[in-house]
Amino acid sequence: MAGVFRDRDLDRRGRVREVTLHDGFLRHKSFRWLKISAALSLAVTLGYFMADVTPRPNGGSWYGYTLGTIAVLLILWLTLLGVRKRWMTRGRWSLKAWTSAHVYLGLSLIVIGTLHTGFQLGWNVHTLAWALMMLVIVSGIWGIIAYAALPKALSSNREELTQTQMLEGLRAIDRQLHEAAQPLAPSQAALVQKSLDQNVFAGGLWRRLSGRHRGCATARALRGIRRGDGLEKVQSLLERKSAMLARLRRHLQLKAMLEVWLYVHVPATFALIAALTAHITSVFFFW
Amino acid sequence: MDRVRIAIVGSGPAGLSAAARAAQLGLSHVLLEKTDHLSDTIYKYQKGKHVMATPSALVLRSDLDFDAGKRELVLGTWDSQTAKHKVNVRYRSEIKAIEGEAGAFRLALTDGAVIEAETVVLAIGTQGNPNLVRCPGANLPHVQYQLDDPGEYVDEHITVIGSGDAGIENALGLAADAAQGNTVTILNRSGDFARAKGANVKLLNEAAERGRITIRLETTPAEIRPGEMVLETRDGQETIRCDRVIARMGSAAPRAFVEACGIEFSSADREAFPKLSPTFESTKPGIFVIGALAGYPLIKHCMNQGYDVIEFINGNKGLKPADEPLLEAKFAKFKARRSVDEWLELLRTNVAILHELSPLQMREFMLDSEVRAYKPGEMIFERNDPGSSLFAIAQGSVLVEVDKDNPRITVPIEQGSVFGEVGLISGRRRGATIRAGENAVIVEVSRTAALKLMASVPAAKRALTRISVERQLLQMFGSGLTAADLAEVIDASEVITVPAGKHIITEGDEGQDIFVIRVGSMIIEKQVGGKPVFLNYLPAGSYVGEMALIAGGKRTATVKAAIKSEVIRLPGDAFLKLVKARPRLLDKLRADMADRQSINSFIESRKDSFSGVVDMYSATAGFLIENGIGEATDVLLIDENLCVGCDNCEKACADSHDGLSRLDREAGRTYAHLHVPTSCRHCEHPHCMIDCPPNAIHRGPDGEVFIDEKCIGCGNCQRNCPYGVIRMDSVPPKKPPLFAWLLLGLGPGPGEPDKAWKYKDKKEGAEKPKKAIKCDMCAGIKGGPACVRACPTGAAIRVAPEQFLGVSRLERETD
Repeated sequence: MAGVFRDRDLDRRGRVREVTLHDGFLRHKSFRWLKISAALSLAVTLGYFMADVTPRPNGGSWYGYTLGTIAVLLILWLTLLGVRKRWMTRGRWSLKAWTSAHVYLGLSLIVIGTLHTGFQLGWNVHTLAWALMMLVIVSGIWGIIAYAALPKALSSNREELTQTQMLEGLRAIDRQLHEAAQPLAPSQAALVQKSLDQNVFAGGLWRRLSGRHRGCATARALRGIRRGDGLEKVQSLLERKSAMLARLRRHLQLKAMLEVWLYVHVPATFALIAALTAHITSVFFFW
Repeated sequence: MDRVRIAIVGSGPAGLSAAARAAQLGLSHVLLEKTDHLSDTIYKYQKGKHVMATPSALVLRSDLDFDAGKRELVLGTWDSQTAKHKVNVRYRSEIKAIEGEAGAFRLALTDGAVIEAETVVLAIGTQGNPNLVRCPGANLPHVQYQLDDPGEYVDEHITVIGSGDAGIENALGLAADAAQGNTVTILNRSGDFARAKGANVKLLNEAAERGRITIRLETTPAEIRPGEMVLETRDGQETIRCDRVIARMGSAAPRAFVEACGIEFSSADREAFPKLSPTFESTKPGIFVIGALAGYPLIKHCMNQGYDVIEFINGNKGLKPADEPLLEAKFAKFKARRSVDEWLELLRTNVAILHELSPLQMREFMLDSEVRAYKPGEMIFERNDPGSSLFAIAQGSVLVEVDKDNPRITVPIEQGSVFGEVGLISGRRRGATIRAGENAVIVEVSRTAALKLMASVPAAKRALTRISVERQLLQMFGSGLTAADLAEVIDASEVITVPAGKHIITEGDEGQDIFVIRVGSMIIEKQVGGKPVFLNYLPAGSYVGEMALIAGGKRTATVKAAIKSEVIRLPGDAFLKLVKARPRLLDKLRADMADRQSINSFIESRKDSFSGVVDMYSATAGFLIENGIGEATDVLLIDENLCVGCDNCEKACADSHDGLSRLDREAGRTYAHLHVPTSCRHCEHPHCMIDCPPNAIHRGPDGEVFIDEKCIGCGNCQRNCPYGVIRMDSVPPKKPPLFAWLLLGLGPGPGEPDKAWKYKDKKEGAEKPKKAIKCDMCAGIKGGPACVRACPTGAAIRVAPEQFLGVSRLERETD
């Protein structure tokens, strides 16, 4: 992942060795948080089997309370990533380390939270909290996969162009199309006009995510204007527009895919906190 | 007939200031102005032009106020203050001749009047005497020598003649507004615009690229006709449409007139100035010359001279120069009571590189320098401190800690010599800690003063070059060498400037010379399998060429300049002699060579097994160097394998710095998913510093290049930066705190607020001017650069080039 940043160095015996100068959030400090959260998961699992809880493992036992307290503190701390990210305070903290910890400690909640239930699931507010937690975690895993797989495609697709430049390029082509379409027959001019009128951003989330643009007026204009006398210019402009549109749509699609999981992850987190409040209050009130 | 004590000719800054002083002292005087307004040269500046007040260190001593600002403001101040001081101005008074002797001069005016004066102050400047177009049709009415308001002309074909700043500024002004519809052409007799400011040339080229201005190089006017113009080009004559000609070809002293007054010039040279005494009196007793005509083109100098000359005429012989209090302050902290003149003389005689300076040059030099006393053992600077100033030892001596691990190993530098020259020349951090050896008086010379000194005093430049070469070799080779050992090699050495991309060593060539990189950086490449493979990056302060010298044979790799650089060539035979005399040097060279060979063989071994990896490494290094990393000291890179495009780096940057982001993540070049965003690289010799009128750009204690609050928003730095990392903007209003946004939705949220919010929330009358904004590496913010701290995935990193461009680390470890 970080090949280009590998520095070659000599060890004491004069041999060349490679030193990695930077890591992504998953590999941060040689998987420090993966190790910590694995150890934590292992410890609570061992504890689960060793703790002498009667009549059976249960959220209301002393061990259940311990796990529940750990889990709720973890959930609240994990939620704070959203604040940390936006709160540019001074000091020696790194958001990458926070993300790394967030990911691995979040995953460890699968173990801690589930053991806390003692596998007693049902149709009640307590299980709702557990289910919401799992939803948050699953959407988080989806996010990790997106973060691991998509950045490369985003970078390759834009080829040094910024989104603003893509939009400006599109507008420049539109201006030329407008000029070039003046001599066309009314039916063909109407096709070009439709392409000029169509809003790139229209079509909603599904269209953006799926990358399918059936109603694309530019594609239709390109089909409708066959090669003929004096049409080469319009046609080549439409082809350029089509290529630019494809790039921009791919760009918007990738950006949407990198973000859309957050629209599950974050609201589900708040629902989880609400459900947790209900869960904890009810447990203490209806002992 | 009028009779006055002092007649002042010309109402520019010099004459005006002189007249104001005369009025203030109650001397009978008259200020003669050719036109119907004051200060014609500045009056004729383009509307709204920013008038600069350099040198900033110089104190203004005049009865008139002057500060940098718009032309209109400067003129308005002078007009009102001239009236307030009751200066006796006579407009539309052009002098025809000056006759008579001191005490009874007769000034004949073109309107027939005659004025009698005891003394005459000539402050006529040079602008009233522009160089004229010399071709048929030059006297047609549409040929003009000035441009007051470029907005006056619409839909015209205008040709500007002249390649200086005035011509370029006029052409840009005429073409600035596309709605005016002017077709602007600029003619330049030569092939480049060498006389103009770099920033102006850049603007001109940009305007040409956008099709706003046509630049015609190596072209002169052959004939001017109504409506058209014949041009003499490299490829023969050509006729273009032309409704107006604006000739800005410089000006010269109106020598014939001045000589007719009985004043001698210093030489027959066209650009020579009149001979003057220290009180500005010319060779004709009673006639004084000040201002641009005396050779001082800067407004502040002129105004001070106007004040001083009247004081001198009024008999104030003890008047000290205006900078006296500044210099007194510099020496005030010393116990030894010496006058400024005594101090300057002491420094001049004690410091070798200052020997040839005149008293006036010494004053200017000291304005940009500092003098300090140090007790024995007191630190002057520490290894790895950033700094580009030069130090000279006026008294005492200093000790250099040559070994970073053992501060007790020191080398002395004696009185009269200099140190810190490596930082001055290469822009790199200090190589060693230096402490005072005994009670010492040290002069710290700023980079600008040192460069000025080297440019004006050739002997100082020679001395400094020799010292720096000698020191660099001693520091680099170590091995118990002494200055005496190196004398022969240094005598035979030469300093060569290498343009970017040029080879200093070519693989397969014969040659045994050693090259030491003094300024800039080099890259080493080797042909492997028919392709050049990047081997190493060498920053200033390293050397190459030892392999062929020790092992014999042909050059094994190519060394070329990554950016414009300077190298010291040490002839192979002289160096070989030194190596034979000093076996420890040979050991050192062998050790360095072994390290390099290890890298070479590593690359070659990898070449067979993973040729793709090596190609990639090589191409990536090439890409980075193309993008200015060769001159960078600290650069932000983004690994696009990890970047999710959240722009949290930009938001963090804006939130750490007044709500304005100093980086553009998405813009910039990318290669193999390695992205160089638009963000400051903190160059070794920053281009932005080159032409900053208020001198507001500095290098800070951590090596960061930053802009301080003196910025006037002129935009020169933005134009001079080749990487486009400086933006001009005004600070937005303060946002509500983060939690108010998180919980209540108040304000625009994290990051740079958008234009709409900025506009909506700005307070009436509290608009802030646009200023230059750039990365300061989050200097003073605990935790370091916000962009890196705020990256959630670890894609953003900051690096120095030698950290990842190969193995310069080797040199550091074997030092």
